[in-house]
Amino acid sequence: MAKKFTAKPDELSKVDYKPPKKGWMDTPAEFKEHTFCWGAKGKNLDAVNFPNARDWSPAEEDWKLPENWQEIFLEGIRERLGKYRSFKLFMDICVRCGACADKCHFFIGGGDPKNMPVLRAELLRSIYRKYFTASGKMLGKIAGARELTLDVLKEIWYYYYQCTECRRCSVFCPYGIDQAEITMVGRELTNLLGLNTDWIAGPVANCYIKGNHIGLEPHTITNSVEFFLDDIETITGIRIKPTFNRKGAEILFVTPSGDLFADPGTYTAMGYLMLFHELGLDYTWSTYASEGGNFGLFTSNEMAKRLNTKIYAEAKRLGVKWIIGGECGHMWRVINQYMDTWNGPADFLEEPVSPITGTKFENAKSTKMVHIAEFTADLIKNGKLKLDPSRNDRLKVTWHDSCNTARGMGILDEPRYVLRNVCNHFYEMPEDTIREKTFCCGSGAGLNASENMDLRMRGGFPRANAVKYVRDNYGVNMLANICAIDRVALKTLMEYWVPDVMVTGLHELVGNALVMTGEKKRTQDLRLEPLPEKEAKE
Amino acid sequence: MRILFSFFAVIALVLSAYAGVKIANLQFLFGVVIPYIAIAIFILGFIYRVLKWGSSPVPFRIPTTCGQQKSLPWIKQNRIENPSSISGVIIRMALEVLLFRSLFRNLKTQLKEGKLVYGEAKWLWLAGLAFHWSFLIIFVRHFRLFLQNTPSFIKMIEGLDSFLQLGVPVLYMTDVVLLGSVTYLFLRRVFIPQVNYISLAADYFPLFLILGIGTSGVLMRYFYKVHIVSVKELVIGLASLHPVIPQGIGVLFYIHLFLISTLLVYFPLSKLMHMGGVFLSPTRNMVNNSRMVRHINPWNYPVHVHTYEEYENNFRGKMKKAGIPVEKE
Repeated sequence: MAKKFTAKPDELSKVDYKPPKKGWMDTPAEFKEHTFCWGAKGKNLDAVNFPNARDWSPAEEDWKLPENWQEIFLEGIRERLGKYRSFKLFMDICVRCGACADKCHFFIGGGDPKNMPVLRAELLRSIYRKYFTASGKMLGKIAGARELTLDVLKEIWYYYYQCTECRRCSVFCPYGIDQAEITMVGRELTNLLGLNTDWIAGPVANCYIKGNHIGLEPHTITNSVEFFLDDIETITGIRIKPTFNRKGAEILFVTPSGDLFADPGTYTAMGYLMLFHELGLDYTWSTYASEGGNFGLFTSNEMAKRLNTKIYAEAKRLGVKWIIGGECGHMWRVINQYMDTWNGPADFLEEPVSPITGTKFENAKSTKMVHIAEFTADLIKNGKLKLDPSRNDRLKVTWHDSCNTARGMGILDEPRYVLRNVCNHFYEMPEDTIREKTFCCGSGAGLNASENMDLRMRGGFPRANAVKYVRDNYGVNMLANICAIDRVALKTLMEYWVPDVMVTGLHELVGNALVMTGEKKRTQDLRLEPLPEKEAKE
Repeated sequence: MRILFSFFAVIALVLSAYAGVKIANLQFLFGVVIPYIAIAIFILGFIYRVLKWGSSPVPFRIPTTCGQQKSLPWIKQNRIENPSSISGVIIRMALEVLLFRSLFRNLKTQLKEGKLVYGEAKWLWLAGLAFHWSFLIIFVRHFRLFLQNTPSFIKMIEGLDSFLQLGVPVLYMTDVVLLGSVTYLFLRRVFIPQVNYISLAADYFPLFLILGIGTSGVLMRYFYKVHIVSVKELVIGLASLHPVIPQGIGVLFYIHLFLISTLLVYFPLSKLMHMGGVFLSPTRNMVNNSRMVRHINPWNYPVHVHTYEEYENNFRGKMKKAGIPVEKE
């Protein structure tokens, strides 16, 4: 369909930040190759009863829109102005100071002025002004207002699917204007017209019907896990027997399905299995609620809620006491900011208490869902794990804070504490690129497809650049994180920009360091690579 | 074009006040009627805008967390940047409103030979803070004109503001700071390419307007003196709802007053409403405790879901084969 993405890093890292001479309102969006995803297939929209389900392509002139698309779009804006104070406020109070401009990874890596958060927002604000404010109606362009034409719609679509909802701009905004909120609304509006991408619509449809984004059916889930168990047995000599959909378990474990599917997430999944086995945790996996992530979040609030419902529903059906959630970025934004509001109260669950340490997870007493990094940090703090960090000695690790967990939750020091206990060589990236100022992988919010590589590699450039810094200065060769999309996206990103750096989840390193009861002398890590000390002795 | 439009709009305002007073003798219109209308529009408009924002609910807890969350007791929480209590939010908001905390974080991102460098960028923060604070102090100083006897705290502010004791009448530092900072804010819009690219007429107009207000005020105080006793008489008349038009004030005052009236009218119609809006911003004024306390969405509604029963019906055979327990055999 399209040419392969061949641009070399040298070319891509030359960025021209100079805006064009012509004003942005007079510059229609140019759909550049490798910067956008394919349109959603009709069957995937149909599976979740989304409007205007049909096959379409953003590259084609005709987007097959309904006749009254303007009316639908504007009515959609009106409805959301009434539903979200954030949206209404953020449409009104921006002073265009530009503090957000060079904070967006897409702007830094690409230089397209419409990727400055302020201008991305203005694309929609100009419509808001034209149809919903007196000054915009009267003064038009002078007041920053413009008509909603087909070109404008395409422009909004193009740039709202070039935002990963990472919230970095919001950290720097003097009014806390959050482009993620505006993008979410913008994407809802495009979904009213059936303008989704297939990279999002596919996983949504999968997740709705099969329980997870990847579309793993129940028996494939158990099969995948069996493979991990074989490897774990090879490595440790221990045969683990996890359970699925087991009623009466104390804890339900939910993690993103990506970890069951692709390296290096699979190693993280092995880490979970080993940890829970060693603890003798009374827990179960579920094939019905087999997705922690939520691509619904990238389509509409309602769709996200529809997918999220399964977690509590399954916890109730199985009669568990509380839930542990695996490593995932946007999943935790959903759990922290939305889940309880959407689908609570979870009054059929109990306030989470670690059966191993007796610690009460006070901060999760309403959602009843604990982040695995919180859970593991507590175990280590209480001395419940026997760890041999030297098994990770061939690794020099740096830590990537995922956008959602950093800026939509604030889980920063728990994973670092775990990391420091399971490996001996840990180096932070420069301070303006971590914690609340962390950079996105460039592929979040449903952008980690293969047809938009130019966009992804540019968007991930600031992250990669910071990794390169610690590689060059400290010899870092491993990028650790707690996000399933990161594990997939950063792998590609590193291969492109910093080829000798690998990517890992936190619990892969835990699995390596964990000294298990009755294990054989370990000679391999979870990737079946030889352990460093062994190598030295031989 | 955007700049010129805004510039000439302000010039036109100045000229119309000049012509109105000097030629048409419309002192009462410019000195009483327009100020009253402007104040009414400002107050009602401001309230209307805030109520309109307030009428939209906040369905979800969406604070932008800029620090460590409240977690295990031994992990040090950032209580201000990631507040889990109201007091934390109050401090966070106070820092935001009084000191522009978020803008203080500003960085300049530069690409140098393939490497990204993040440098300090405090000028915008400094100019913004200087502008807003000097504007506020000048506003408060003006209360001298509204009251027969100047209260001691205003005298104190005046004393501090003029402690350099330069010139006659003594120079107020805030006058210099205001004009300087507004000029800086204007120049960066012109000369920083990205900021220029995003700027609308609606960004230049209030800058010129405030520059006009400041300039006319400075001219009145230091250069072309107006009859200050008469000014005070007029202002007290306005404030006590017994308006009078004393003779011989000088046209500069009417220009000053007309520009202020324009600002008051323009305020609720424009981005200047960020003054009220910043207090309502959900990413800053909310507690990050939604895992501890359930947040209620007033318009939460039931949705279609794919139930476990439907799922099992789809996959029962495969589940049984894989040894996964099922509800119905």
